[in-house]
Amino acid sequence: MWKIDKDQCKGCELCIAVCKNEALKPGKERNSKGYLVPEHISKICISCMMCDLICPDMAITVTREKEKCEKS
Amino acid sequence: MNPLAEKYLRKEALPTIFCPGCGHGSVLNATIRMIDKIGIEDFLFVSGIGCSSWLPVFIKADVIHSLHGRSIAVATGLKLARPEKKIVVFNGDGDCLAIGGNHLIHAARRNLDITVVTLNNYIYGMTGGQMSPGTPTGGKTKTSPYGNNEKPFDAVTLAIGAGATFVARETAASPVKITKTLTKAVAHNGFSFVEVMSQCPTQAGRNIFGKAAPSDLFNILKENAVSKKGAELTSSQFRTGVLHHDEKKTAFRTVNELLKTEA
Amino acid sequence: MNMQTRPKAIVIQGNQACVEGALLAGCTFFAGYPITPATEVAEVMAEKMPNTNAVFIQMEDELASMNALIGASWGGAKAMTATSGPGYSLMQEAIGYAAITETPCVIINVMRGGPSTGQPTMTSQQDVYQAKYGSHGDYEPIVLVPSSAQEALDLTIRAFNLSEKYLVPVSVLTDEVVGHTRERVVIPDAPDVYNRIAPPEGIDYKPFKGVDELGGVPYRGGFGEGHNICVDGQTHDGIGMRIGHLMEPSGNLVKRIMDKINNNIDDISDYELKCTEDAEVIVLSYGSTARVALRSVIDAREKGIKAGLIKLKTLFPFPDEMIREETNKAVRILVPECNAGKICNEVQRVVNIEVESLPKFGGAMHVPAEILSAIERS
Repeated sequence: MWKIDKDQCKGCELCIAVCKNEALKPGKERNSKGYLVPEHISKICISCMMCDLICPDMAITVTREKEKCEKS
Repeated sequence: MNPLAEKYLRKEALPTIFCPGCGHGSVLNATIRMIDKIGIEDFLFVSGIGCSSWLPVFIKADVIHSLHGRSIAVATGLKLARPEKKIVVFNGDGDCLAIGGNHLIHAARRNLDITVVTLNNYIYGMTGGQMSPGTPTGGKTKTSPYGNNEKPFDAVTLAIGAGATFVARETAASPVKITKTLTKAVAHNGFSFVEVMSQCPTQAGRNIFGKAAPSDLFNILKENAVSKKGAELTSSQFRTGVLHHDEKKTAFRTVNELLKTEA
Repeated sequence: MNMQTRPKAIVIQGNQACVEGALLAGCTFFAGYPITPATEVAEVMAEKMPNTNAVFIQMEDELASMNALIGASWGGAKAMTATSGPGYSLMQEAIGYAAITETPCVIINVMRGGPSTGQPTMTSQQDVYQAKYGSHGDYEPIVLVPSSAQEALDLTIRAFNLSEKYLVPVSVLTDEVVGHTRERVVIPDAPDVYNRIAPPEGIDYKPFKGVDELGGVPYRGGFGEGHNICVDGQTHDGIGMRIGHLMEPSGNLVKRIMDKINNNIDDISDYELKCTEDAEVIVLSYGSTARVALRSVIDAREKGIKAGLIKLKTLFPFPDEMIREETNKAVRILVPECNAGKICNEVQRVVNIEVESLPKFGGAMHVPAEILSAIERS
């Protein structure tokens, strides 16, 4: 499962840069501080956690779900 | 918010003061994961002044956010008063290598059992982008408008030369490696020094590298990090990984401890 | 008095007396750097401390020494350093940090001639303003001035007690003469020792919030015990979070750290009066100069001149009220001091008559005859 705390996001897009599967793309929605929050495409996400690990604001949480891993 | 952030960060201090895409945030993220493995009650943190030194202020722990350049000196006093604690110092390239260089080499010489994490972002960020001992030769900054006419410090070689017994370098682009290396560094009995090369989109990015996108700077860090032993380096490249580890050298002991051992 | 109860008296120099005082006061951490004429403090500390449970470390410079004190003090130690002019200059930034973070620590400054390298082996009292104003910004340090080896011991104990009570850096300004004169010193058996007040259990501990019952001084301690204390040199709120961008709370913090000293001047102040009740000529002095001044006042009395002495042992906070009261009948006030006339200005600030400065330069001390002739001049 992929979650983002929109208000913690500063729109730096490092998560997009580390995503090997292109499951993240630049967002169109702005958060309360005016930053563009990235969009997540859940069907191609493999929960590799790179975005969670790199996020400078610890806004992203990736929880690995077994069945999802098996599918991918 | 990430559950680890929930658990270990001071919510009242968030968001961090770091600019969007600052590598220091990723280092904070990686540090939290190291702390989570070991247990936060073992740690005390000390930092100096500069962007880097805000890092531990966001951690829900006991922290001394000290003076510019003096973090290692403060940590020395703290360690001697609280030897049972793991002391981790965060400072920057200017803080640790310019104004605080003397304390770095002497703490390394003593082999004092503390960990120093120097976040090298090539520039003085907080004051608006002036050249630092981390700025590459030729790098244009606000105080080197014609290009830096000096050579940067190789902090790792400096620390090894001064007597540090665990020396490593990582980049903010490799958070998993930072967590692993920091875990080893705090476990090491003696002076451990970890230089983390970090991207500064606001100052170093625009001025030195001509790029402001965090992802571009992130890729530059990745291209310049060489972890393969013995590989040839270009002028912009640097070695990463654990570069020196000497477990035989005894860590600093107070005279009190020496007298007790003799008796 | 039998031998058992007679207090121990030894002949030591002032620098060693500082060490004896520090250890009696419970000093557990010393960080220093060699400098003339203060080096003996570090030397004796290095010898004595490891045999107690106290830690001695020689740091790489005075910047490191003073900053190590801050780390050690937050670690729970009672910390001290000793230095002289050039080293004292280097320590000033960290003294300001100790002031705003309310970190107790003691600095012995054995004054020598300045400015700069000046006169390393000669005495002076040139650092009195530096002790008060040396670091940037508004703060109120406590400054004590012993005039003898005995007072070096007594006031070092007092320095620790005041530092622990008010959570401020306390400077003990001795000078080359006090530091190096060997004389009889009575070592007290068990002097009164004050320790910082730890937060009572169960309270919402805010390490930077003044406590009314403690005279506006916060509780102190508990670092590393799960309170999540953030010690910050930027203006901060009660829990240590930065408020440098906020005007009112920042101003309140700075006012509080000054008020906790200024509202307790009577407690902090320490002085001796000699023949001031009917004195027409008052000599105000401090440190080693006060011993010369005492001789001159006694000599003047023998000549029938109504002279009196105010000897300050606490130099700052400056005892404005006491000086105003003790000098209100005086016709003349003389201030001999081994500098260009610094404390003379402070006295002038609080009295209505013109204060006469008796400055001294070049490392020399006043001799009784010259202060006496100044008293006789009318």
